[in-house]
Amino acid sequence: MSKKQFVESRLDPETATVDEVCPAGEPWVRLLTEKQVFRIVDLGGNQAVDTLFYNASHAFERYSATDTIRRQKQLYLTTGSKLYSNFGNVMLSIVADTCGRHDTIGGACAAESNTVRYGLEKFPMHSCRDNFLHALAHEPVCEHLDMSKRDLPSNINFFMNVPVSEAGGLEFADGMSAPFKYVEMRAEMDVIVLISNCPQLNNPCNAYNPTPIRLLIWDDPEDMSFD
Amino acid sequence: MNQSDALIWEQHIPGGCHWSGIVRRGTTLRLVDVIGRANAAVLFFNQEEKLERYNMADTLKTQHTFRLTKGHACHSDMGRIFCCITEDTAGWHDTVCGMSDAESIRQKYGTARFEERRNEMFRNGLDGMLIELGKWGLGIRDVVSNINFFSKVTANSSGELAFHPGSSKAGDHVDLSFEMDTLMVLSTAPHPLDSSKTYQPGAVDLAAFVTPPSVIAVCTRIAENARALLNTRNLYACHGGAA
Ligand SMILES: [Zn+2]
Repeated sequence: MSKKQFVESRLDPETATVDEVCPAGEPWVRLLTEKQVFRIVDLGGNQAVDTLFYNASHAFERYSATDTIRRQKQLYLTTGSKLYSNFGNVMLSIVADTCGRHDTIGGACAAESNTVRYGLEKFPMHSCRDNFLHALAHEPVCEHLDMSKRDLPSNINFFMNVPVSEAGGLEFADGMSAPFKYVEMRAEMDVIVLISNCPQLNNPCNAYNPTPIRLLIWDDPEDMSFD
Repeated sequence: MNQSDALIWEQHIPGGCHWSGIVRRGTTLRLVDVIGRANAAVLFFNQEEKLERYNMADTLKTQHTFRLTKGHACHSDMGRIFCCITEDTAGWHDTVCGMSDAESIRQKYGTARFEERRNEMFRNGLDGMLIELGKWGLGIRDVVSNINFFSKVTANSSGELAFHPGSSKAGDHVDLSFEMDTLMVLSTAPHPLDSSKTYQPGAVDLAAFVTPPSVIAVCTRIAENARALLNTRNLYACHGGAA
């Protein structure tokens, strides 16, 4: 699981029950039920997809970066990685990945952190936390779970490359993703997926050009595999 | 610093125990690894608005670092600084591995309950943190990625993690110079990747001093920290307090 594992999916987009495009810079929320398979496609290449998962019954069980990292003794996500909750439960398993590495320590951009990272004048720029808060304010499923900023922990950045050196350095490197690369995961419990399709215009790793993503969901994929 | 002049208070935290308290801006808190086996799991919250809390991702990426040491600052999720690390003899503090929990302690070390062991019982990081958070009206929703002071964890080029036992020695210490009025929550239970075969968490001594003048400068060499410090001082200026 430690090395990059390029694994292609056998699922056919024609058979997906959900097939949507989330435009650059917007949030996206959906319920995934256990055993459904969820694919995120990087349509334009090197687009950071900031993603959180919640137990669909109670949001205080949620994706945990630290549980995911420590239980697998592994910093990066790829095929075979499990996404753990703060209660130590496996929420999803990555079953296919044509990108090879996804980040779980870089977090999400926010108006306030943009002032720190890029300059005090960047405060009015659109950000991932704005997307998360917009979704919490508008999505009935989030309101039903009584979610607030309190429920925004460290997220996954699908398609982001954040290499760490053995000496303790960290950088945002040029992406290893490209147009139409994708990551696919199986829900191991009923989860809410909360995405911010990152609107970051200050980071060179997406060539300063946020792009749309495609989101697909399959029911009962065993019956639909080509084998 | 001239410690004898500036000492405000001291507190001894045995291994496996937990503590919380308000640390005011202008105060430097020294954490001491008493016998060389300490792990100090720590979370920070803005004392006035506890929705503002320590942010692992912002702390790492704003400073382009995976380890925390002298010259780094501990950032909030609101573009501000809780504290600057103004002294460090250990050299490496982890912030990505989270805390031990009841199950992981039981799996590694077995069971030692209060009934048999009294206060030598095996305590874990998450429960210690939850007990302290409960004293301030906080709970599981407020547990985010924490700092593990005195614990060194490296990652190789494939991302595989390695815990380095004995990275911190007896008497090693780290100084946190606070710039925000902060609720600090602490557990001295073992690091979740601690390779020790037996449950033997080390004690931590806390000592608070008045922050010496200009000690913060070691952290504001990083331009991002200088901007976050300005944001922090503006928070108090905005409240009508002295910046
Ligand atoms: Zn973003």
